[in-house]
Amino acid sequence: MSEHTFTQRIVITGVGLTAPGSSNLTEFRANLLAGISGISTIDLRYMGVHPAGLCQFEETRYRKKRENKRGTRAGCIGVYCANEALVDAGIDFSTYDRAATGVYIGLTEHGTVETENEVYNISQYDYNVDYWTHHHNPRTVLNNPAGEISMNLQLTGPHYSIGAACAAGNAALIQGVQMLRLGEVELALCGGVSECVGSFGIFASFQAQGALAAHSEPARASRPFDRDRNGIVISEGGCVFVLERLDRALARNAAIYGEITGYAMNSDARDFVLPYGPRQQQCMEAALKKAGRMPADITIINAHATGTKQGDVEECKAIRAVFSDCPATWINNTKSVIGHAMGAAGVLELAGNLPAFTDHLVHPTINLDNLDPDCTLPNLVTNTPVELERVDTILNNSFGMLGINSAVIVERCVVC
Amino acid sequence: MTRNEIKDILLEIIADIDEEADFASLDADAPLRDQLDLDSMDFLDIVMELRKRYKLQIPEEEYPQLATLTSCVSYLEPKLKDV
Repeated sequence: MSEHTFTQRIVITGVGLTAPGSSNLTEFRANLLAGISGISTIDLRYMGVHPAGLCQFEETRYRKKRENKRGTRAGCIGVYCANEALVDAGIDFSTYDRAATGVYIGLTEHGTVETENEVYNISQYDYNVDYWTHHHNPRTVLNNPAGEISMNLQLTGPHYSIGAACAAGNAALIQGVQMLRLGEVELALCGGVSECVGSFGIFASFQAQGALAAHSEPARASRPFDRDRNGIVISEGGCVFVLERLDRALARNAAIYGEITGYAMNSDARDFVLPYGPRQQQCMEAALKKAGRMPADITIINAHATGTKQGDVEECKAIRAVFSDCPATWINNTKSVIGHAMGAAGVLELAGNLPAFTDHLVHPTINLDNLDPDCTLPNLVTNTPVELERVDTILNNSFGMLGINSAVIVERCVVC
Repeated sequence: MTRNEIKDILLEIIADIDEEADFASLDADAPLRDQLDLDSMDFLDIVMELRKRYKLQIPEEEYPQLATLTSCVSYLEPKLKDV
């Protein structure tokens, strides 16, 4: 339990999401518990057909088609998720001020899709830049998805993106917590979005790196910890959380998903792409310290593991080092079900585990047919869910390129 | 291209930008932006679409001539006469 006062305790009171195979938390949780993969395929310019996670949601529920056309896919996903989160939280801005609401959206990258599309567009006109769209700059500025949310919801507080590779979702949550505690905002919409599936370059780069998953059955392509994995399945997706102070949440009788009690971020400072377990270990230890928790206090660890040999093994080493004697700690992986949603990964994966506080189930890691012996972990939940007596704490790992690590701890909210 | 054909092309381009655009009560001699939900970015979309379809380069100083549907047609008529 947090040592902070109620005004400094930050809780999650709304979740809006779209993930491959689902467009709200109820559907998402059901798929995770049933181990139903959301992975299909995409046929990309220059790349051909590859496994990918694609989202289907009601794109015009909160915004007109013309606005979706003017904006970006990331903006479209962000607007949907932010609105869904506010509806879920029951916030209509009668008790909150739009000018004191912050929008913090994590991105692995932004602008790649739009730039590739525009280069292709002018290639149809002999590369005459007179045909380059005037929409390019507003679509590719890095605050684009957060800005599209602020315009759509008429939120006049701060909005910006958090660029943190695949740790970006967690980083945005941390930003929201910090801004709320500082009193800079009174309500925060935090999360992450990804439109990466629209970029042939992102697929091609992973392929060149030997890290792009391939499988004759797309649903079996994302297989972290499995001996026969062969890389990352790229997904689009988004998830936005409503964060507010505990006293304000209690005052309006809000349903509380959980309390963010600990977090940490650090840097490997050593390699562009290769992960480094010892620094991930330090990151998890720092998050535990901030939460005032011991490793054995953690009920569920949601691993970042993406399905690359080195990434999976380094994280397993780090988890084994921190949680060496924790028989009541269980480990799962959400990417096995939805692929790697990049900037949205951290928040989607956390969201998918939040219902465990009430249903007491740990969703399984799927496609784990032959465990890589280097990924042996005690209590790795495999292929079917595990039911526990209670779930009190979730530690969510997200790591990214350039050696950026994050860990966020969320606890079942106990008010006393 | 006749004046009527040019008018239809313009309305088609606008409808592609905003499928909810209502042309029923459109006054052809009043500014388009006063009657339809069009902003400067939409206006540039119209200019770009004309460029893509007919290789028309419309100089920025001539944009005011595209203010109304009638002025648009009059401006485009000589440029599209051989289309």
